[in-house]
Amino acid sequence: MKTKQIITAYAVTIILFLCCPAFLNRYWVDVLNNVGLYAILGLSLNVILGYAGLFNMGHAAFYAIGAYTAAILNTKFGVPVLLLIPVAGVFAAVFAAVVARPIIHLRGDYLLIVTIGMVEILRIALINDLFGITGGSNGIYGIGRPEIFGFKIKKPHEFFYLIWLFVAITVFFFNRLENSRFGRALNFLREDEVAAEGSGINTAWYKLLAFILGAFWAGMTGVLYATKMNFISPESFNFWESVVIFMIVILGGSGSIMGVILGAFLVVGLPEVFRDFANARMLFFGAAMIVMMIFRNEGLIPPKPKKFVLDA
Amino acid sequence: MEQFFQQLTNGLAVGGIYALIALGYTMVYGVMKLINFAHGDLFTLGSYLGLSLLTSLALTENIGAFMGVIALAILVMALVGIVGVVLERAAYRPLRESPRLSAVVSALGASIVLSNGIMLIYGAKYLFYPQNILPSMTIPIFGLPVPLMRIIILVTSLVMMAALYLFIQKTTIGTAIRAAAIDQGAARLMGINVDMVIMMVFMIGPALGGAAGLMVGLYYGNINFTMGWVYGLKAFTAAILGGIGNIPGAMVGGILLGVIESLGAAYISLAWKDAIAFFVLILILIVRPTGLLGERVAEKV
Repeated sequence: MKTKQIITAYAVTIILFLCCPAFLNRYWVDVLNNVGLYAILGLSLNVILGYAGLFNMGHAAFYAIGAYTAAILNTKFGVPVLLLIPVAGVFAAVFAAVVARPIIHLRGDYLLIVTIGMVEILRIALINDLFGITGGSNGIYGIGRPEIFGFKIKKPHEFFYLIWLFVAITVFFFNRLENSRFGRALNFLREDEVAAEGSGINTAWYKLLAFILGAFWAGMTGVLYATKMNFISPESFNFWESVVIFMIVILGGSGSIMGVILGAFLVVGLPEVFRDFANARMLFFGAAMIVMMIFRNEGLIPPKPKKFVLDA
Repeated sequence: MEQFFQQLTNGLAVGGIYALIALGYTMVYGVMKLINFAHGDLFTLGSYLGLSLLTSLALTENIGAFMGVIALAILVMALVGIVGVVLERAAYRPLRESPRLSAVVSALGASIVLSNGIMLIYGAKYLFYPQNILPSMTIPIFGLPVPLMRIIILVTSLVMMAALYLFIQKTTIGTAIRAAAIDQGAARLMGINVDMVIMMVFMIGPALGGAAGLMVGLYYGNINFTMGWVYGLKAFTAAILGGIGNIPGAMVGGILLGVIESLGAAYISLAWKDAIAFFVLILILIVRPTGLLGERVAEKV
């Protein structure tokens, strides 16, 4: 009975949400699109930060690799954007594997600092036009639009459905992941690495896998961003981008899918509502981070503790 | 040769500034095992307060250039030290018993609050220190001209570091700080007021950072509300390079990093200047996480 009501409530919310673009203007639909993009990014970071407990503050680097892969392959070789989504994901995943391998053993705050260093080095590399293909500080213009069966997605209203479809896929996939052997192993090593190692979990390998998976997903999101914006530049992927994604996960509730989505609405959507105070919004978020950590350090919607019912 | 010498002295001056900031990181890390992300912004606050006091009090005109700058430095250090203590009370003390990530996130929040607070008060544009507060002359060393400012910065930072080292090694409070860094619980049992120690650390570290902020203002002339972030990261790299938690290590690491960066920018690539520190950081953490003069950093199980 109760679960039925909850399902109905969810269904109604989702249907109402999907009708939103019909009543909103371009601007607000675009805001919702950004919320969607950041929700996916937050969910991908959630694998690393929430499930595995690895302090990764360089997530924008993976996002950037995905976006740049798509931009370069699309503008130079004319590969269709939708086809590039998995390709860019693979590039980001390979990058993560190479970069994360030597630093994966670093504990807590050292990892945080090194990942900040990683994203900064990548940004400087992009500005300096590494290999002459990244367009330097001007970035890359004229990235193509996605095309499905001859229908070109151009307007924010059309992107809305593409992006939120991707959010839905992400939620479905990560929900499955959370309850899988892999997800449980990550939770275990977050809670107690030594015990996890003692129980036969190859912690270094699982940590690396968490990085690779999170990066793969962020890379795919980068393609959506690149095609939506039509243009990318190194400044879109600076360190503060990583901080915003980090805040979404921490404030929403790390390890909880609903929490991360709520976090995306609050961190990305709310400032648009209070645009008059645009300058003070970072100040407000900084203060919110401190207050949240003092009074509710598990985030707004923390993950529910798992229950395992024994067969009688 | 001349270029090498100029880059070397520039690196030593910048290194002295990094070392002063690094001391704040390393002291806080030593006692609380926390990376104080807000430290870089306290450094920025120092340079902004320095500019405000310089223009409003006109100390340099009233009591002479050198005395004026010294008085200014003392004022800035005192004010930033107070802000540091308030910061610890507000953002870190309630989290002393919380998981580590909470304190780190709170520190990041404090960093954002400070830098954006500075932006709201002073604006987002670059601000400029008045020119020629100190005479911009050069002094010949080995027959090559060296700007006086570089010598003043290097000497002042070395003096401050030496004073801090003696304070930590010779005084009772210094001994208490060292004891609390080794084992807080045991220190408390020995009758050391650990809260007081942490307060001292949060006063001395930011005060030194504030002095470094003033030096940057005087040396480069322009300041911006975001600069604390880059300086903070580089100083943190310096602290790790020397071995975090280790006070002489922070000094050696800071000066070494300044020289590496200055020479790297001149001989490798100017465009990659800001990345050099991060490469050093990643390299040192992979190869020798304990730093050059390292103490143990292995995690207790």
